[in-house]
Order: sequence, then C-alpha cells, then structure tokens
Amino acid sequence: MMELLQTLQQLGLELLGPAWMPVWTIVKIMVITVPIMLTVAYLTLAERKVIGYMQIRIGPNRVGPYGLIQPLADGVKLLFKEIIIPSGSNKFLFIAAPILGLAPSLAAWAVMPFSDGMVLTNVNAGLLYILAMTSLAVYGIIIAGWASNSKYAFLGAVRSAAQIVSYEIAMGFALVCVLMASQSMNLGDIVKGQQGSLGMLNWYFIPLFPMFLVYLISGVAETNRAPFDMAEGESEIVAGFHVEYSGMAFAMFFLAEYANMILIAFLTSIMFLGGWLSPVPFLPDSFIWLLAKASFFLFVFLWLRATFPRYRYDQLMRLGWKVFIPLTIVWVVVVAAWMQTPLWVW
Amino acid sequence: MNFETIMFYVFAALIVFSALRVITAHNPVHAVLFLVLAFISSAGIWILLEAEFLAITLVLVYVGAVMVLFLFVVMMLDINLVRLREGIWRWLPFGAALAGLMAFEMIWVLGSSGTSGGKVAIKHAADYSNTKELGRLIYTEYVYPFEIAAVLLLVAMVAAIALTLRRRKDAKSQVVAEQVAVKKADRLRIVKMQAERKE
Repeated sequence: MMELLQTLQQLGLELLGPAWMPVWTIVKIMVITVPIMLTVAYLTLAERKVIGYMQIRIGPNRVGPYGLIQPLADGVKLLFKEIIIPSGSNKFLFIAAPILGLAPSLAAWAVMPFSDGMVLTNVNAGLLYILAMTSLAVYGIIIAGWASNSKYAFLGAVRSAAQIVSYEIAMGFALVCVLMASQSMNLGDIVKGQQGSLGMLNWYFIPLFPMFLVYLISGVAETNRAPFDMAEGESEIVAGFHVEYSGMAFAMFFLAEYANMILIAFLTSIMFLGGWLSPVPFLPDSFIWLLAKASFFLFVFLWLRATFPRYRYDQLMRLGWKVFIPLTIVWVVVVAAWMQTPLWVW
Repeated sequence: MNFETIMFYVFAALIVFSALRVITAHNPVHAVLFLVLAFISSAGIWILLEAEFLAITLVLVYVGAVMVLFLFVVMMLDINLVRLREGIWRWLPFGAALAGLMAFEMIWVLGSSGTSGGKVAIKHAADYSNTKELGRLIYTEYVYPFEIAAVLLLVAMVAAIALTLRRRKDAKSQVVAEQVAVKKADRLRIVKMQAERKE
C-alpha cells in the first residue's frame, strides 16, 4: 500500500512538476470528503430506520431493497427543486449562508487523524484548529436567519447563536482537560497518549468521565440536534433558521448538520475513547476501531432523538451555564491537582 | 517572489479592502461581516509568521465568539442608516488625524532597530510548539501583568453585569431545585376503578 502511494507520488512529480502538490492535496481532500458525504447520505437513512424501529414502524422501505437507495432518491428530489429566494431578502447572503454553514464542518476534517500517521495535515495546534472551525459554523445559521427576512427564521437564528456560543464554552473546558491529560494539542499525540498495556483502561474517559459526558451532551447541543433542537423547533417557529430555504440550499444545511454530527462522533472517540486504539491488548489497533466507536456515537445521537422530548429554552440555558460550565471549571482544577499526585496513572 | 510573499500580499490586500468596507458599507450587518473577513485575513498573516497559536486564537475568540455577539446585536438593533451617515464630513479630519497618528506610532515602533527579533521572522523546527513557549512566558516572566489583566477583565465583567441586571419584583420565576425534587407521588394520583360495563 505504502509503496504504491510512493510510486504514485514519484510518477506525479515527474509528470506535473511543481503543479503536482496542489493536485495531490486535492486528491487527498476528496478521499476524505467523498466518504463523509456518503456517510451523511446513509446516516439520514439510518436515522429514519433507527427511529422507525424504536417507534415500532419499518421506516423507508420502498426505494431499493430495505430502502437502501432512499438517500439517492432524496438527493435527486432536492436537486431538482426550485430554490426560492424570498422577496426583501439579502440575495447574496441568502445564497452564501448555506455554504458558510457547510464549509467549516468539512474544513475541520483536515486535522483528523484516522490512524497512526494517517492525517491530511499534522498540525501541532490541531485541537485549537478544531475548536476554531466548529465555532465558525454558527455564521451559516445566523446569516441564514437574518438574510431570509423572516421573523421565524430570525428567531431560530438568534436561539441557535445563543445556544452554540453558550455550549462552546463548556466544550472548550472539557477539551482543556483532555489537553492537560495528554499534554499535547496534536490530535495524533492525544491518541498516542492513551496507548498502554491495559487497553481501554488507559483511555481518558476514565479520569475525565464527567468531561466525557459534558462533551457528548454539548456536542448534541452544538449540532442543534434533538433534544436541543430549539433552533428548529417545528412546533414553535416552524423550522427555524432554514424555514425559507428550499431545494439544494436547504440540503446544504442538512448536510452541514449531519457532517457536524459525524465530526463530533469522531472527535469524542479520539479525545476520550482512544481513537484507533484497540480496547483489548490482544487485538491490533486499526482504523476499524475508530469507525466502530464513531458509529456507536452516531447511534447515540439517533437514540437521543427518538427518546427525549425537546428541552425548554430556559432549561437549556440553565444546563449550559449553571451546570456544565461550573462542572468543567471544577474538573479542570481537579485534574490539575490530580496530575501532581502519584495517583495519576494515565 | 515565493509562495509566502504572494500569500502575504493577498492577505494584506484583503485586510485593507475589508477594513475600508467596514467603514464604507451601507448596511451595518455587512460592515460586521467585513470585519470578520479582516480578522480571518490577519489570522492568515499570523499563520505565515508561524504564530499558529495566536492566529487560531484570533479566529476562535474574535471570529467565533465576539463577532457573533456583535452580529447578534447589530441584527437586532433598529438602526437608522441615514442618521448613521450624518456628519461624516465633520468628523473625517479628526478621524484622519487619529489614523495618521496611529500609523506614525506603528512605523516608529516597528521601524526602530530596538525591537528584538529584527525584521526577519525567525524560523523554527517542525516540532517547535509556540503554544508551549507562550504559556511558559505568560506564567513565568509575565505572570503579574497577566494576572492583573485577568483581574481587570473579571472586574469589568462583574461591573457590566451589575449595571445591567435589574430584577423585576413582579416577574414570575421557577425554583429549579423544587422542580427537580418533585416526586411522582406529589403530582400524580392513580385511581383504581372498575371497568365500565355496557348495559
């Protein structure tokens, strides 16, 4: 495999010279982006199936065997729908908003390590980069809400912006604990820091268990998923920030939400559950473990949606500001003190 | 001209353009978005200088949090655009003088040979972490200024909250602790009764 890649490198360098680097980088980006988009497509199917079975229904089963071609049918439908631009809206920002929403969730994948050394860009400040990119995602929502020139869309945007900014703080502090435990901001090094002879007992979810929960729940809130989907809130504000969007413009928001879910699932696996490391010492480490862990968290996302009713807005804010943020600050101090004692074995 | 120089000029041109648009844009929301562009471009320049910690923190703090709240406020305000543009010619000389003074100060400080590091960016090895380096400096050499700045910010935050927090006496609120402590038996009474029979 490695030799094949190297001969490909050589061949490309000889053929294209200095123009080879951008081409090769674009190829690598495609190798990451295309599977994400496919996962998004099939995640929508999985969501409908899982929620269907939880509610004792079958879910989509008409298009293809077991409804397996349903995502393609949905995609084609959305592609051919007309994009309606509301009168009195800000046309440029209305079109730009879905792009601004999707771009950061894809850009964050640049520093994601899939296995030892398998990463697009090995940045030292990878963790910070991820935090910065996920914090940019709110622009798509807030601009969409404003540019639509609609009250419902604006209310949805305002709710979502307040929610994302609040939960980002708790998420940031949870990651500060990971950073302290691993003493590195490089995602690859964070995973390597969880390596050990005891398998899953070496992972950070044991010493940082409260942070693991805080991160996971804040992740659900960050992606505007149920039970924190106040930004959409069908029963109150129709569909929130994307109420005026149709066709592919709407699909972009949809893609962004699901791409963010996949991102959070991968990040949780990397930060707290040892990424590609095997849970037991006698099995080899591999990319498949990372996939398995991320799939489990994606299932948890769907499970939560099928189980819990929507939070009330003041309850959501209370959970963020009065429960999670104090808890994370206390745990930062606890971890800092714990690391000074010989009891810290991670 | 190498790649870095080209990127520098691209980012610099973007900063100047977006900064100009911040003050000339008719719509305040557009002005805020141009300010975001200016921040992101300056983060790009910092990345070129290998100051990745500062660059990403700029994006994280200013673009990701501060500007979102800016946008939030600007979107909700009912701004009268005509009144906002009034008196631009009256204040222009004053503003120009201030800008000139600031430019002069910057040229003076950056142009003097006294600044450490000189005029060329120092290159570091790939494993050099400027986050670690900054952290070490902040908590050793500059610990007092750092702590004083932190306390000042805390005081400002407390003051801002104290100034704006007004409690209405007649407002209804919920006691969350009581809500959480509620048991099923307090709210729900299960009545056993015979099934009704059809006559």
